[in-house]
Amino acid sequence: MSSTKPAGFISSRRWLLWSGIAALCAWVLVPIYLVALGALGGRQGVYQWPKTGLPIGISIDPFVLFLKTEGVVQSFLNSLAAAGITVALSILLGAPAGYALARYNFLGKDSYRLLVLLTRAFPLAILALPLTVSFIRLGLYDTVVGVGLIHTVLALPFAALVTQGIFLGVPKELEEAAWVFGCTRIQAFFKVVAPLALPGIVATAVFAFVISWNEVFAASVLTVRNRTLTAYLLTVLSESPMHYRFAGGLMLILPSVVFIFAVRRYLFAIWGISSK
Amino acid sequence: MANIVIDRIRKSFGAFEALKEVSLTIHDGEFVSLLGPSGCGKTTLLRIIAGLETATSGDVRIGDNSIIGLLTKDRGLAMVFQNYAVFPHMTVYENVAFGLRMQKADDLRVKAQVEKAAGLLHIEPYLDRYPNKLSGGQRQRVAVARALAVEPRVLLMDEPLSNLDALLRLEMRTELKTVLQAAGTTTVYVTHDQTEAMGLSDRIAVMHGGVVEQIGSPVEIYNRPATRFVGGFIGNPPMNFIKVAVSNGQVAAGGEQISAPKDAGYEVILGMRGEAVELAPLSTGLEMKVRVAEPMGSHLLLTGSIHDQPVRVVLPASETVKSGDTIGLKLDRNRITWLSPESGKAYPALTA
Repeated sequence: MSSTKPAGFISSRRWLLWSGIAALCAWVLVPIYLVALGALGGRQGVYQWPKTGLPIGISIDPFVLFLKTEGVVQSFLNSLAAAGITVALSILLGAPAGYALARYNFLGKDSYRLLVLLTRAFPLAILALPLTVSFIRLGLYDTVVGVGLIHTVLALPFAALVTQGIFLGVPKELEEAAWVFGCTRIQAFFKVVAPLALPGIVATAVFAFVISWNEVFAASVLTVRNRTLTAYLLTVLSESPMHYRFAGGLMLILPSVVFIFAVRRYLFAIWGISSK
Repeated sequence: MANIVIDRIRKSFGAFEALKEVSLTIHDGEFVSLLGPSGCGKTTLLRIIAGLETATSGDVRIGDNSIIGLLTKDRGLAMVFQNYAVFPHMTVYENVAFGLRMQKADDLRVKAQVEKAAGLLHIEPYLDRYPNKLSGGQRQRVAVARALAVEPRVLLMDEPLSNLDALLRLEMRTELKTVLQAAGTTTVYVTHDQTEAMGLSDRIAVMHGGVVEQIGSPVEIYNRPATRFVGGFIGNPPMNFIKVAVSNGQVAAGGEQISAPKDAGYEVILGMRGEAVELAPLSTGLEMKVRVAEPMGSHLLLTGSIHDQPVRVVLPASETVKSGDTIGLKLDRNRITWLSPESGKAYPALTA
């Protein structure tokens, strides 16, 4: 900074920045903290009033008890599997579509983009019955694969459109330079485009994961015994004691947090992608 | 190394004709610039040579073999891009080595070639760094080193200096000339900057509206422009064009009679470089009304009119002409270019 700004201005700017950061952190962390408190506090902790807000009398036992409830672990694994299928399929299908949208001009490109989004225009509630019928015929009903497929349909439009933006962010000249210096199109993609697009692709994967992890309706309709965690908790928790509900909530939140934390490097890197 | 023959290349984008039958031969080891204003088709032509764009019709041959239809990677060329296109996820070393690695060169050769190219471009200290730690000038050096490291038959450069600031551009221009002269690679260089083209090239192809208006050495192009466009585009100030009447094959320039070209009609355009004049007495000289006189230190720049047509004239700094003066000029007969008022093309130079 060559211009000297008044000290008061700078400090008020800094104050604003940090208070903003604090507010955003609180926005995310306080609910998680309260849920955790409810989950780990046991029966007394949940009904205790007034709340202290302090971690008093917490133990891991209520949560472990919840885990031991029949079906919890299995539905947790089902959720992970469905999310895994969703992530894999929406990247494998969405990223090539995004690349094509970013690099090629073809007839009907705009209508294609619109059509991709149109899959989200039909409410699942309307599709639920026909879907159930076809899934039963195809043998996909009440399977994790079936849920994964439906979640892929939900995540794919975003995957295609978001990766389009990511590939647009990789300068075309870099790809052309790779061709000039001896790459085929495919080699250029894997040697130059893919490494640079990786942070964005990871972000897209996170997004697909979260979409699948949080989805309740389709998962509830299309499964009976092989429920995902959300669907399972929805049916079970309404009849459960309060601290069970909190434990279920915590279990829903944690994997997303852990997953996003694990790939945070790529999420941060996405802003540096346009460096030449 | 090899010569390049561009044979009747045409390129249309929809209804727009970017290139209209461009033919050009570039000799082995020659440095040729494609010079022209933006939209003249020079970059399109370069990209067709590179295979990054397909021509609508026509042929390009390198060393007598047609390269149309070959993949870019099989054309045996290297390219330097306008915005460097240095791979941000590789170190400078790996960037320079990229072409060699794709050729499956062994490590020893890679190392030798990278060090040689890095030495030429003075980037040895940065070989371990990533490009985002480098300045624009350094990145451009990396891009040039990457191109030279593969020892290409043909080197293509697309406005490589236009993203650098003025001082750096001058420095890199001189350095490019040294490096490329040493390498002796056939080079096609696209630029809109005439000083770059003049300074670097063996020959310049001046392009305008999808055609090559003239190809020749920098001095030829400067002194004997083939068209009005070339004369007006090259040189600072640009060439002056004065429409004059022809009577009995002669043109009157003040008190003097100058023979006009044989094919000229009643009127002809007299093309005159601003510095191809000297001061003469008003009685015998061509009359010029000076509107503004700008002493530039090295010379005196006069803007005004002759026969009510705008001209710019350069006189030695020692002359004392002021704004508002009327002066007489004596034209250097040998440096007049006659042009047809209808076609804008130059008449063949008079031998006398």
